[in-house]
Amino acid sequence: MKRFLRPNLLLGGALLGAVLTVAITARFWTPHDPVRTNLRRRVGPPSDVYWLGTDEFGRDVVSRLMIGASTSVSVALATVVLALLLGGLIGLIGGYFRGWLDRVLGAVNDTLLAFPGILLALGLLAVLGPSAWGIVLALGLAFAPTVARVVRGTVLSVREREFIEASRALGNSEWFTLFRHVAPQTIAPVTVLATSMFGWVVLSESALSFLGLGVPPPAATWGNMLASARPFMQEAPRLSIAPGLMIAACLLGANLLGDALRDLLDPREAR
Amino acid sequence: MTALLALDQLSVAAGARPVVDRVSFTVDPGEVLAVVGESGSGKSATARAILGLLPPGLRLSGGGIRFQGEDIAAAPHARMRALRGPGIGMVFQEPMTSLNPAMTVFAQMAEGFRQHFRATPTATRAACEKMLARVGIDAGRMGAFPHEFSGGMRQRIMLASVMLLRPRLLIADEPTTALDTLTQAEVLDLMLELTREQGTAVLLITHNLGLVARYAGRAVVMRQGEVVEEGGAASLLAAPNHPYTQALVDAMPRRGEAVAPRGHAQPLIEARSLSVIFAARGLLDRRPPTHAVKSVSLALNEGEVVALVGGSGSGKTTLGRAMLRLVEPSTGQLMFRGQDVTHLHGALLQEFRLACQIVFQDPYASLDPRMRVRAIVAEPLRLPTGMPMPERIARAEAMLEQVGLGGLGDRFPHQLSGGQRQRVAIARALVRRPAFVVADEPVSALDMTVQKQVLGLLRTLQRDQGFACLFVTHDLAVAEEISDRVVVMQRGEIVEQGARDRVFDAPAHPYTQALLAAAPRLGAPRIRATA
Amino acid sequence: MLAYLLRRAAFAIPTLLLVAASVFFLLRLVPGDPALLILGDQATPESLADLRASLGLDRPLPVQFVLWLQRVLAGDLGTSITNGEAVGPLILDRFGVTAAIVLVAVALAALIAVPLGLLAAWKQDSAGDLLAVGIATLLLSIPSFWLGLILLLVFGLWLGWVPVVGYVPFGEDFWTAASYIILPIATLTLVEAGVLIRMSRASSIEVLRLDYIAHARAKGLSEGRVLLRHVAPNAFAPTLTLIGLILGNLLGGIAVIETVFTLPGLGRLLVDAIFARDYPVVQGVMLFVAAIYVGVNFCVDLLYPVFDPRVRAG
Repeated sequence: MKRFLRPNLLLGGALLGAVLTVAITARFWTPHDPVRTNLRRRVGPPSDVYWLGTDEFGRDVVSRLMIGASTSVSVALATVVLALLLGGLIGLIGGYFRGWLDRVLGAVNDTLLAFPGILLALGLLAVLGPSAWGIVLALGLAFAPTVARVVRGTVLSVREREFIEASRALGNSEWFTLFRHVAPQTIAPVTVLATSMFGWVVLSESALSFLGLGVPPPAATWGNMLASARPFMQEAPRLSIAPGLMIAACLLGANLLGDALRDLLDPREAR
Repeated sequence: MTALLALDQLSVAAGARPVVDRVSFTVDPGEVLAVVGESGSGKSATARAILGLLPPGLRLSGGGIRFQGEDIAAAPHARMRALRGPGIGMVFQEPMTSLNPAMTVFAQMAEGFRQHFRATPTATRAACEKMLARVGIDAGRMGAFPHEFSGGMRQRIMLASVMLLRPRLLIADEPTTALDTLTQAEVLDLMLELTREQGTAVLLITHNLGLVARYAGRAVVMRQGEVVEEGGAASLLAAPNHPYTQALVDAMPRRGEAVAPRGHAQPLIEARSLSVIFAARGLLDRRPPTHAVKSVSLALNEGEVVALVGGSGSGKTTLGRAMLRLVEPSTGQLMFRGQDVTHLHGALLQEFRLACQIVFQDPYASLDPRMRVRAIVAEPLRLPTGMPMPERIARAEAMLEQVGLGGLGDRFPHQLSGGQRQRVAIARALVRRPAFVVADEPVSALDMTVQKQVLGLLRTLQRDQGFACLFVTHDLAVAEEISDRVVVMQRGEIVEQGARDRVFDAPAHPYTQALLAAAPRLGAPRIRATA
Repeated sequence: MLAYLLRRAAFAIPTLLLVAASVFFLLRLVPGDPALLILGDQATPESLADLRASLGLDRPLPVQFVLWLQRVLAGDLGTSITNGEAVGPLILDRFGVTAAIVLVAVALAALIAVPLGLLAAWKQDSAGDLLAVGIATLLLSIPSFWLGLILLLVFGLWLGWVPVVGYVPFGEDFWTAASYIILPIATLTLVEAGVLIRMSRASSIEVLRLDYIAHARAKGLSEGRVLLRHVAPNAFAPTLTLIGLILGNLLGGIAVIETVFTLPGLGRLLVDAIFARDYPVVQGVMLFVAAIYVGVNFCVDLLYPVFDPRVRAG
């Protein structure tokens, strides 16, 4: 039990837990209406009523931050699930059965990987147009190849191990061996990857929103809050600082948690 | 004569836990001292402590080390660095990882020489060439990288680069454990020659008593961080005082009882002109295909134990797997109980699989780390239809009892010791009462005392259940203990086979003779270790 | 060695082809007449008919792809709808700005991070090591565009040391030009240094564990020599691969930095083109960046055997 008390785990878990809590709460309650504009209170300073003040349309910053959490978290979770499913299948099947199947899947994967960073997502959004599902699809496709690579790498090293040969020697079929013995070995590395990936997806989605290609307004996302805060950088720096802090908190939490998980699940520890 | 090296109550700890506990012994100039122990004995930590190279996590917690009368336990870094190399040299175990893969052989040899002797480039080159030639490596290959050499050659390169600095004391930490029998003998013989030429003392760290019998003048026995006995090597092995030393000596494999060959109508399993050829991979791979097994014919009768011996590259492992169709034969036939099973598929192949099982070498890698022991042993019972789960569990538990692991069914593999894991592997192989079992180096990775227990278990179960066993091994002593018949392979072909006693007492083929001469066994002749 | 090079080249070419095909077919997914999409509102019936003929729109899709590919290989990437310029030269021009920033930032980051990672690994678990890891983790958790905004706020608006908006090419005054790109470079350097420190440290730790390091020390070599000649070359290979990945990532997402610092780079070109539905430009940039990335990875593959000779044997 003591192993779970590392600072990485606690801090990372606390940060992500806080973000998740805010995201879930925002679905039911925010201090003020995040969408309704109130032009008499534009760029108002922090007060008892508006804890972080108001933005350029008079909307409460705190409420918009909370809705932003909800949006980012939902998009990120959906994206991670899609990437894991797609990439996981490609990696498992290609890595285990090898041969022409692996070559075809590998070619598909390498093509996707050849579009670095958010380039693929940008291209897809150019065609699909910005929408929540479009972003999930675009980012899911962009991150799936990384999952496929990690899974395939694990499968390649596991399939040479003797307990896999032992399974065959027992008369088990190849599919049984793949799903009963090989696949569970990928759980540990995939969990670590998924945790870090959550952070990267939030970052990518925020970048897309910042560029104006994210979930369309009037939806509040941290990215587009940062974008619209630019003209007011000097008079209201808090409008630039707050959303960025939220993104950074997500990223930091995901990275710390990912680190802690990787150390915990290290086979050297188990031995 | 003042001792060259004197350890006085040396202690090393990992945190609060003692790894080496008040160890004292001396090494005289020019002598060969063996430090013997199994895993956990602290012998490697002792060696590293002498050079001040303890890994992170271990620290010197007490005692003194005197080298040539000088206290080096408390020596400053600069003094230690000056001593390492020309004073004390060290050779490591794993040839794969003990040479820097990114530097040429010459660069690695030269850097120590240049540093300690401030030699000119010409002198350095000449010295390196001479030493490489001395260890039998073509000096023209100095510009090559380590991965271009075989394991045995890498150990020789390592020896060359260490002995080039003419140390007074050479510490050899299990230098040949990762090599096969013939190479092992070559490297050790070379090491003894070089050290004798230069008058270097040797501190030989090993778990293999056969090596101690062959090469050492004196020996120190360690167990769990403490010295339990020391004395002349020969007398220690002939008449040990301490019960642990006695246990180690007993654990050395010795010839088992002879079993009279029984007549049989037809062999149980037979390979006829079996070949296994590994083709080149990919379009750009210009290596020629490897003939791992070349047209081999081998038959086993029911209940027979046949040892399949050979060095690395002999094809014995591949043949063993091919006889189970875990590796597909390229040509030839495989007959099981008179039926041709070479090209079976589907349900018929499954039947064959279930009657023939395998026990692997690495006890950790052959068990699924995420399954409990009970589930691992019960898994083979999944396939014959109609056995309900509770009955499978019961059979598994019964089998675990038989191998001496009763009550441990709940554990995961990483919670068991190496010997216990190997018992699980054996239980899994035998739970379906197979007719034929291939044992692929099943005890090579185990400590000697554990090895003895596992071999004993295998022999008992073999007699009870009556399965035929193909025992693949490079360790001739183990083959001598357990087999009825012996088959010797070299480079993919069988060079000799026959009854165990005949092959061991009167080997016909030169390769067999060389193997027997190289194998460290009790009763084998001793090499004079001191000048 | 030659076989290894040929193998890597043989791998790059089909990938490039598949990339080209993906870009081509991606933009065919947009509903509507491709000729109309390419020419935009300025299309006249004659120009539409001309374009349809030269694109071969009445021929099967694979043929259209080959025709398009032929033009691309000859250097013709089409014309921008927004301003009628040829896409190819436009991309190259903008790429100059982007490349300058990205290359300098990554080089600086590597120069700082790789030795730091090595030192941190050497003194693992010391106060210095923990500090290095902490700072690195913080750095890589900061969104680059946010860091850019903050730096702009502090150094541009509050302190007034650098200009806030715009760009001046290096052809003119060197110091003025430098003042415009120093902040974007600093931003990227800081963020990427975080990633590289951790990688360099992790792979150095792995190497320090190995026997040949103990062997080197057992020969009496100084720690400095052990670190420089034995640890560093062997630990560098994974970091090299990561540098390739980082270069690619930055190229793909550079639009955000260019937006923050209003730089006329390749990223902004792409994003503006997306908003303007300027499909020839979108196509051209995607193809260009992907091809550069494949090239970068090929170079990494070429350099890898220098640090890990075992790879040469295949």
